[in-house]
Amino acid sequence: MLRVEAAVKSFEGFLAVNRADLTVEKGEIVAVIGPNGAGKTTLFNLITGQLQLNGGKILFKGENIGGLPPHRICRKGISRSFQVENIFQRLTVLENVQVAVVSHLKKSYRFLSPSRRLGVHEALRILQDIGLSGKAARISGSLSHGDQKVLEIAIALGNDPELLVLDEPTAGLSPDETASIIALINRLSSEMGLTILLCEHNMELVFSVARRIMVMQQGASIFQGTPDDVRNNRQVQEAYLGGSA
Amino acid sequence: MIRSRTLWVTLVIFFVLLLLPGFIPEFYVYITALMLVTGLLATSLNVVIGYGGMYQFHHGVFYGVGAYTAALFLVKTVLPPGVAFIAGPLAAAILGFLIGLFCVRLSKLYFGMLQISLGSLVWAIAFRWYSFTGGDDGIHGIPMPPSLTSTAQAYYFIFGVVCVSLVILYVVLRSAFGMTLRAIRDNPHRCEAIGVNVRRHQLLAIVIASFFAGVAGVLFVVLEHSVFPDLLLWVFSLELFIMCLLGGWFTFAGPLVGAVLVIGLRTFVSVYTDYWTMILGVILILVLFFLPEGLLGHLLKRYTFDRDGTGEAAVDVEG
Repeated sequence: MLRVEAAVKSFEGFLAVNRADLTVEKGEIVAVIGPNGAGKTTLFNLITGQLQLNGGKILFKGENIGGLPPHRICRKGISRSFQVENIFQRLTVLENVQVAVVSHLKKSYRFLSPSRRLGVHEALRILQDIGLSGKAARISGSLSHGDQKVLEIAIALGNDPELLVLDEPTAGLSPDETASIIALINRLSSEMGLTILLCEHNMELVFSVARRIMVMQQGASIFQGTPDDVRNNRQVQEAYLGGSA
Repeated sequence: MIRSRTLWVTLVIFFVLLLLPGFIPEFYVYITALMLVTGLLATSLNVVIGYGGMYQFHHGVFYGVGAYTAALFLVKTVLPPGVAFIAGPLAAAILGFLIGLFCVRLSKLYFGMLQISLGSLVWAIAFRWYSFTGGDDGIHGIPMPPSLTSTAQAYYFIFGVVCVSLVILYVVLRSAFGMTLRAIRDNPHRCEAIGVNVRRHQLLAIVIASFFAGVAGVLFVVLEHSVFPDLLLWVFSLELFIMCLLGGWFTFAGPLVGAVLVIGLRTFVSVYTDYWTMILGVILILVLFFLPEGLLGHLLKRYTFDRDGTGEAAVDVEG
């Protein structure tokens, strides 16, 4: 479904992503792991268009999406959440998701139809699925860190994506909250059939949800395989798991 | 609960304004009309700053261009006044589109600076092109149709147009477009990531705001029968910005409150002292420190959040 081929991104000479390869097949959960600064977030920003490629290709369903602006990529069916909460602070929880739904339905140019009648059902259903429906009327900026993180994902679901890209969905969360995010990711994959690409530092999460794992180091993809392959791979152990795993 | 109270307040204000000219001297009718015109102008600015999150520093340009266009049509052509009244807002909207095309490519402060620059160019044209715009003298004694010559007639015309305009703006701001615009204000990058064409929405908001600034410009001509380059001076635009801040730029009616306050101060305090802007300055400082959401913003918050912590009513108020 998604193929990244020899992607390159440099910041003033520094190669943040250096000929990285990645494949995600339909229905899979793929995790990207690697030490801090390995280029995981940069790679994700390339895939969803926040950054522009300096070289290589990104194919989504066979079509080159490298170089498209973020809103066009989103329209193709890729939706993402962000590492740092990236929500609409002054809008209510419901509106946060509704904006994405309205955008997906291509109704954001409706000047005269009241927003309270558009996409409310879909937005409420997503909030219910994800466990935030009790807080739908709250101003989102007043939510706890954990709830904002969940809302992050809810917004991304508002676009009804085929591929969901999650950038460190559990960063800064308590063990309880992390467990519920893991359950959520598994549910999104099994019940809604979503294809999910995520990056994480939390190995518990990675090994409990991912079907395949891609390991990055200094901008390059050094390995891609099943969790067992990754555990047993010497190169990965040396590079990332410190040889102790 | 809150909604019905808001409705009552609106209705009371509506009827007071409707009956007012029968009870007060002509001068006050004139001042009230000026408050209405300026209120509409500030509200149109708020579409862009309060709802759109863009630093539209030179909104006065669209007001001035609307006014000048109408004035020039009335003075230099024999076309019916209706054409002049429609040409004003259209010219303002077109200029808004052109200036907006460049501005939406920049963010925040750069947006504002570029707008001041482009707007000042337009001001320079009005100020210097004596043979066409009358230069720094402006244009005076603009002929009005017989049905609009008295202050009371002008008042009712202005009152009607302002009411209709405000209703349209209210509907637009509560629409799907308005919600998307507020989302862009809060977080443009996230909006791109959910498939929103941010620049196009911003540009549309600017065009809508400029159009209604142009409407206000035409109403100014109807009231004053004259135009002058000061309308396009960026100092005046700053005053509009202050009106939005004073009244509360995250509320619909805040800019109206701000406009009434500033014009009231200018009219009544300037009788006693030339330094009325000093008083305005002190009020502004106090508001910014103690009521960062503006006067109306503060009141609404008080009456919605303190009663029940849900913030549900605040949605009605803002959305």
